[in-house]
Amino acid sequence: MSKTLFYIILGIITVIAPFAFPAFQTQLATLWLMIIVAQSWDMTGGQMGYNSLGNIFFYGTGMYVAAVVTIGLVYPVGEYTGAAGGGIYTFTPDEYFLGMALSIPAAGIFCALCAFIIGYVTFGLRGPYFAIGTLGVAIAGGEMVSNWDWIGGGQGISMPSYPYNFDQFKTVIYFLYAILGIALFFFCRWLYQTRFGAAINAIRDDEGKAEAMGIHTMRYKLIAWAISAFFVGAAGAISAFQLIHFEPLETAYQTINLGIFMVVCVLLGGKGTLWGPVIGAVMFHVFKELTWNYFLGWQWVALGALIVVVVVFFQDGLMGYLKYKRPEWFGIAVDTKEAKV
Amino acid sequence: MDQILFNLGLLAEYPVVNLKIIIDGVMIGALFALAAYGLALVWGVMNVKNLAQGDFVIAGGYVAWWGAQQGMHPLLGVPAAFILMWGLGWVVYKLLITRVIERDLFTSLLATFGLAIMMAQIMNLMFGSDTQSINLGYETLYFADGLIDVPIAKLIGVCMAAGLAAGVITFMKYSRMGQAIRATAQDSRAARVMGIDTEKVYAFTFSLNSAICGAAGAIIVMVWVIQPFYGITYSVRAFVIVTAAGLGNLPGVITAGLGIGAAEQYGSHIFGIGYQQAIAVILLLLVLVWRLSQQRKNRQVLK
Repeated sequence: MSKTLFYIILGIITVIAPFAFPAFQTQLATLWLMIIVAQSWDMTGGQMGYNSLGNIFFYGTGMYVAAVVTIGLVYPVGEYTGAAGGGIYTFTPDEYFLGMALSIPAAGIFCALCAFIIGYVTFGLRGPYFAIGTLGVAIAGGEMVSNWDWIGGGQGISMPSYPYNFDQFKTVIYFLYAILGIALFFFCRWLYQTRFGAAINAIRDDEGKAEAMGIHTMRYKLIAWAISAFFVGAAGAISAFQLIHFEPLETAYQTINLGIFMVVCVLLGGKGTLWGPVIGAVMFHVFKELTWNYFLGWQWVALGALIVVVVVFFQDGLMGYLKYKRPEWFGIAVDTKEAKV
Repeated sequence: MDQILFNLGLLAEYPVVNLKIIIDGVMIGALFALAAYGLALVWGVMNVKNLAQGDFVIAGGYVAWWGAQQGMHPLLGVPAAFILMWGLGWVVYKLLITRVIERDLFTSLLATFGLAIMMAQIMNLMFGSDTQSINLGYETLYFADGLIDVPIAKLIGVCMAAGLAAGVITFMKYSRMGQAIRATAQDSRAARVMGIDTEKVYAFTFSLNSAICGAAGAIIVMVWVIQPFYGITYSVRAFVIVTAAGLGNLPGVITAGLGIGAAEQYGSHIFGIGYQQAIAVILLLLVLVWRLSQQRKNRQVLK
């Protein structure tokens, strides 16, 4: 019962926060983005044991799919990007919202398809090779897009801007992220209790044995990565609307920013737990913004140091630490008598 | 598309251009091979995958560049970078690498990635984000009616790279420490039983790797340009080469290094300069897929 109450309180905070702290709306929206990417990374990284460094590929692809769908519904895309700000292209509110409604699911579905295709090749790789291979996919994706003139090349692409006032726009973006994040959280909560969750955990623990027990490991791996890609892609699509203008290498396929942050968030909070990525994302975001404020110029050094320290010393994260210190909170019974002997 | 066909036609029409591309590629590839050899050493001996490899290269370049700014002869920058980067490698080993050796491989990958971010940013704060290079002021040789140009600086760079590689190979083969390193790579437990101080060997290997990278960077700054954030591309290339060649396969590393240099030059000539980085990464993916298909025949996976 208390759990329901806890969720209700969190839900109320989620709804009230953007109105209580209007100056922090963009910050809170970014926090939701971090939670979404961290939670979806944990699905393959924590629960399935496949540490991808290339999930940012789906974020960037989601952004570009959103741009192409939204613009393509009204104008030819090549002509729009070719004008490079020279022509006048207006979007009516109806066109804008139709584009938004269509492009977010479209980006998710397209990224899920990409995950199927890429995963079919990369899931033969294990451990560090998988990490390097997916990192390669993300870097190659960014480089290819930055050479593709039809979608703006290295200049990037501009989305239509929000038709009404700007404060309302920030609130809309916040709630889009929040709805996606809450949907992802409860979806994961349900998924990890099903047979599917048990299967991907089995793959993490021993893939050979899982296969011997009759689990079609490839099928499970592909589906898990596709789900993860769907949410990252949809989050990317929302980011595309939020940022309005974005370019491939630094914003969309930002391999060393968000691409590595999502991994650090998960490690900070605790890998393979439901709440770990959420807590980790909150901790990481607060740390990041504090260093941005007080160590300007040195913020990257501080972040790099944080990554090193977290990876080397606290790899189990906060949840792992709590599990070790307070196992009874997690329903793990410890026989102290046995342990003493 | 037309541009690509035109470029291909150009290559067919003037075969001597091929020669120029291959010469350029081999010169660049020699430097890639050095960084890759360091990576293969660390990977093989202590099972650490160092993603900060490229940043060691760039740091070595900045040592040489800074020395040249202070009035040191540029060629002296190579030994200076070798010695200073040796020290940096030792510090990094004592602070970080020694704690990740026994852990799983993703730990070392991510920890060195964090290190790479830190190093790139520290160099950015110290030296600024402009591209830098040293002008040696030597002439350029021309062959085949000026179609092939070989700057003497590049020739010196390649010779120094070859000399360094030869020195390291001789050291690994004949010295006592080299033997200890190879023994540790084969079986660290057995080496410990035989009285080899593996901790010392690890520290030495990592420092040596860092020093090789630093010297390579000092050569790169003479024949090319460096910039604080160029490191990751060198890391990626080193990974391509080592993944393609395999560990402990020195001729393979050198061949793969020269090959990737030539392939990149060809790619950027045919598809345009914008694709040069993409080609390095795509080669990595192709190599992984190829290795994978080899393993799949035996129902194995790439671990």
